[in-house]
Amino acid sequence: MLTVLAAGPLTTVQDLGRSGFAAIGVPRSGAADAASAGLANRLVGNDPAAAVLEGTAGGLRVRAERTVLVAVTGAPAPVTVDGRAAPFDAPLTLAPGAVLALGVPPVGLRTYLAVRGGIDVPPVLGSRSTDTLSGLGPAPLAPGDRLPVGVLHGEEPFVDVAPVRPLSSGPVLRVLPGPRREWLDPEAWTALTTQEWTVTADSNRVGLRLAGPQLTRARQDELPSEGLVPGALQVPPDGAPVLFLADHPVTGGYPVLAVVTTADLPAAAQLRPGDSLSFRSLP
Amino acid sequence: MIRLRDAVRMLAGTRWSDRRGDADHGGVNRNAASGFRVHLYGDRALLVEVADLPAVAAVRTALERSPLPGQRDLVPAARTVLVVLDRAPSDLDVATLRRLVPQAPASGTAAATVELPVVFDGVDLAEVAELTGRSVRAVVAELTTVELTVAFGGFAPGFGYLSGLPDDLHLPRRATPRTRVPAGSVALAGPFAGVYPQASPGGWQLVGRTEAVLFDADRDPPALLSPGTSVRFRDVG
Repeated sequence: MLTVLAAGPLTTVQDLGRSGFAAIGVPRSGAADAASAGLANRLVGNDPAAAVLEGTAGGLRVRAERTVLVAVTGAPAPVTVDGRAAPFDAPLTLAPGAVLALGVPPVGLRTYLAVRGGIDVPPVLGSRSTDTLSGLGPAPLAPGDRLPVGVLHGEEPFVDVAPVRPLSSGPVLRVLPGPRREWLDPEAWTALTTQEWTVTADSNRVGLRLAGPQLTRARQDELPSEGLVPGALQVPPDGAPVLFLADHPVTGGYPVLAVVTTADLPAAAQLRPGDSLSFRSLP
Repeated sequence: MIRLRDAVRMLAGTRWSDRRGDADHGGVNRNAASGFRVHLYGDRALLVEVADLPAVAAVRTALERSPLPGQRDLVPAARTVLVVLDRAPSDLDVATLRRLVPQAPASGTAAATVELPVVFDGVDLAEVAELTGRSVRAVVAELTTVELTVAFGGFAPGFGYLSGLPDDLHLPRRATPRTRVPAGSVALAGPFAGVYPQASPGGWQLVGRTEAVLFDADRDPPALLSPGTSVRFRDVG
């Protein structure tokens, strides 16, 4: 059991998300930075499908109600246990009553806390993820919440610290052509892959709204709504692209110019408003 | 499903059109004639493009019965079926989807009819009337007489794309989507009507609202509207 003392701007429970309900419009959701969430689970010996906590811009404080093994990954928020600095990207034992707190990360946005045994809230349609778009799954955490933790038998992993590439606040994301590239002017692809873009304040787990050069459409007619994937870069008529993240809607009606590779989605999910980014075309 | 010889040719980069004249592929040309275009969609999905809504249902049914290896989800839509995989798509997947044999969806379950009570006071109703060159009253009368059908789901849990609107109510989406549309909003866009099951961003034209519960994860089935359901709007405003 963990007790939430403070949740920061937004802390949610996340796992691998929901699959198989897209036909009735249920999105996938899941950890926005799946690589960091996966690492946190590995550091405590969890199944990859175990639910973790996803904090946003720090501020999370939890108290352990029994001895638990935890790990913190993702955006490098300073970690303290009972006020003393504690390691990042490493397994960490909390004694009963110990309080773990996350400071504000100097770079990146989303920090993950895995607990050995997993956050054991009741699943909704096969997943414990909070979907901020559809509202499915547990509500975002609030002070006073008590989170059940599963029990995992067997050997605990023997790891000191996991080496992780530092986050960038101006990453280069690799893109593949989207299914509707021909709906945009030919110059749109060039503008996308040569110019710098900025993440605007109107960004969240659903997607990043980007500011940059105007992307103009070659076709003005309506595109019938079609399926979306995380990483899809959609261009509404106002020309400002939206890069979809974990809580993207199942379908959308604007042309998708490009798709960010799965390997680069974690870097996209760590961008915060004001960060710059650029895109590189994969051959 | 796919013969080794085809697979070898496909991996060697032989295009579909190069193989059409091959007598051995008579059974396959039928599918080529049905016009499945397959788009690469990032490194975890493929988008099958088809001619119409019945073809969407037939492709979805075929892929539900015989999924691709690693098939994680299917997203049927107006002219497309998105096939989401847990791995990178291969040339072999593209070939398989191009020559997919469509299958008729299971029939026999009587399609339900759902009547939705609607208050027609949407913020875009006046603009919709203006766009169609008719009175608000006439637009509401039209919306309450037409019988609609859920063509497919998508956009949000419990949201059904309702087909069957008369041509004069086919309207463009708004140029900039709203960041928040209230739950229960009844809306129009393109050839479809729809009801927002919960508050969400959206670019459709809002004509009214309903109190009906479109989706409840604890209910079985969770969605009030699923593909094939008939829908009528009743004016309670």
